[in-house]
Amino acid sequence: MSPGAVPLRPVENSVAAARPAIRIRDLTKTFGELTAVDCVSLDIAPGEFFMIVGPSGCGKTTLLRILAGLETATSGTIEIDVPAGSARPDNAMVFQGDSIFPWMTVWQNASYGLRMRRVPPAQIRETVGYYLDRTGLARFAGYYPHQLSGGMRQRVAIARAFANDPHILLMDEPFSALDAQNKLLLQEELLHIWEEHKKTVVFITHSVDEAVLLGDRVMVMTAQPGRLKQFVPVGLERPRDIMELQGAPEYGELVHRIWASLRDEVQRARELENKIEARK
Amino acid sequence: MTVQTAAAPPRQSRELSLRGRDRILSIASPIGLLLIWEIAAQLNVIDTRFFPAPSSILTLLYDMVKSGELLLHTWASLQRLFWGIILGGVPALVLGIVMGLNRTIRALVDPIIAATYPIPKSSILPLALLIFGLGESSKIFMVAVGVFFPVAINATTGVREINKIYLDVGRNYKADRWNMFWTIALPGALPVIMTGFKLGIGIGLILIAIAEMIGAKSGLGYLIWSAWETFAVEQMYVGLFMIALIGFTLTVALNELERIIIPWKTS
Repeated sequence: MSPGAVPLRPVENSVAAARPAIRIRDLTKTFGELTAVDCVSLDIAPGEFFMIVGPSGCGKTTLLRILAGLETATSGTIEIDVPAGSARPDNAMVFQGDSIFPWMTVWQNASYGLRMRRVPPAQIRETVGYYLDRTGLARFAGYYPHQLSGGMRQRVAIARAFANDPHILLMDEPFSALDAQNKLLLQEELLHIWEEHKKTVVFITHSVDEAVLLGDRVMVMTAQPGRLKQFVPVGLERPRDIMELQGAPEYGELVHRIWASLRDEVQRARELENKIEARK
Repeated sequence: MTVQTAAAPPRQSRELSLRGRDRILSIASPIGLLLIWEIAAQLNVIDTRFFPAPSSILTLLYDMVKSGELLLHTWASLQRLFWGIILGGVPALVLGIVMGLNRTIRALVDPIIAATYPIPKSSILPLALLIFGLGESSKIFMVAVGVFFPVAINATTGVREINKIYLDVGRNYKADRWNMFWTIALPGALPVIMTGFKLGIGIGLILIAIAEMIGAKSGLGYLIWSAWETFAVEQMYVGLFMIALIGFTLTVALNELERIIIPWKTS
C-alpha cells in the first residue's frame, strides 16, 4: 500500500443484482513502479448504465482497457457473464478521440466488427443500416471520415460499437473532444439508442454532469493509485430528457454530492502532478 | 465518387479562380522561356553549338518520331524501367511491411539497409555490369536497386507510424492476423508507401539514363551518349526532352493512381 491511502467507505452496492453482468474482484494493475488501479472490486448489474468518474490519471482508462481485453491485470479477477454458446462478442469499445479508420467509409467502419466476425452479409446490411439510421448517418454511408465533422465521426464510432451487438458496451470519454452543443446532442442520441436494448454500459467520464445525466450509478475513483472511493446511485427516472433533467433539483443535488466526493481527489491529483513537476 | 461536404460557396469560387490563374501561369512560364530561348538563338545571342534553337530541336524530334527511331529508344527505356520497378518494388514492399510489423526481422535487416543505403547507386554500375553483363539485366538491376530502398524504408516507417489506437480497435473488434495486415497495416501505411514509390521511381529514372550510357545499344541514355560522341547536339536535347517527358508523365500518373487507391487522403 502506498502512503496517503484514502480509507475506503463501505460499498453501497444496492443496484447490482444477484447475478452481475460484470464481476470484478481485487483488480490491480501496475506499470513498473506506478500503481494505476489498486484493488478494485465491484459488481455491475445486467442492463446497468455504469459511470466511472475520477481525476485524470486515476487509472479509469486502464480499468476499461482491462475490461476490453487490451491490457492484462497484474492481479485480481474479472468475470463477464455471457450466456454459454453466445456468438455475440463480450464487449465493444468506443475509444476516446478519433478511432474510426480514415481509410474506410462510414459504412465500412460501422460494419467492421460484424465483418471481422464473419456475420452473413444480409444480416450486416440490416444491422448496420439500422444503426446508421439511428445515428443519423444513413445519408453519409459512402463518406470518408475526413469529410465528416468531429461529432459525426464519433457517431460512427458509436454505431460501430452498437452494430457489433456486444454484451457490454465500453465507452472511454467518448464525447470529451466535442463542443458543448454536439456533446449534448450525442448524449441524447446515446440515451435513445440505449433505451431500446438496455445493454450493460461501462462509461468513463471526467464530467460529473455527464455521469448524472446518463448513469444509473456512479463510481468515484481516487487519485493515483486508482481506488474505489464511493458509489453514488442515480435514482433518476428513465427515459430521461436531458434538457428537463438539468433543471431538476434532484439533478443538482446529485451533481453536488458527486462533485464534493471528487473534488478532494482532483485536488490530490493536482498536488501529485506538482510534486512530479518539482522533481524534474 | 468523392462527395464534398458543403463549403462556403464564395470561398470555393475564389479558390477556383486562384487555381485557374495558377494553371495559366504554370503553362505560360515554360512557353515564355522557350520563346526567349528561340529568339536568342535566332539572333545569335547564345551559342547555338550548345543551345540550338528549340525549333531545330523540334524539327529533329519530329523526324525521329517519323522514322520510328525515337519510339524504339523510348520503348527500350520504359521496359527496363517497368521491370526494374516491379523487381525492386515488390520485394521491398513485402520486406518493408514485415519489418514494420516484426521487431526481430527489423533488428536483423535494419543495419544492413542502413549500411548499404548511403552508397551512391550509380557507383555500383560497374559491379552490375560485371555481374550481369552488358545485356538487359544489368539495366533492370540498376533501376531495381534505386526503387528498392525508398520503398522498403517507407513501408517500414508507414507501418510503424500507424496510430496505435487503430491497432487497439482491430484487437477489440477481434480482427485476426490477416485482417490486422489487410484492413489496418496495409491501408494505414499506404500513403507513406506511395511516397516511397514516387521517390524510388524518380531515382530509377536517373539510374536508367546513366546505365544506358555505358554498354547499351538502345534506350534514351544511349541516345544522349551517342549524340555526345557524334556531337549531334540537337539529338542530345531530344533525348533529354524525352526523359523529362517520361518523368513528368509518371508523376502525373502516380498522383492519379494515388487518388484512386487512397481516396481517403485529404490533400
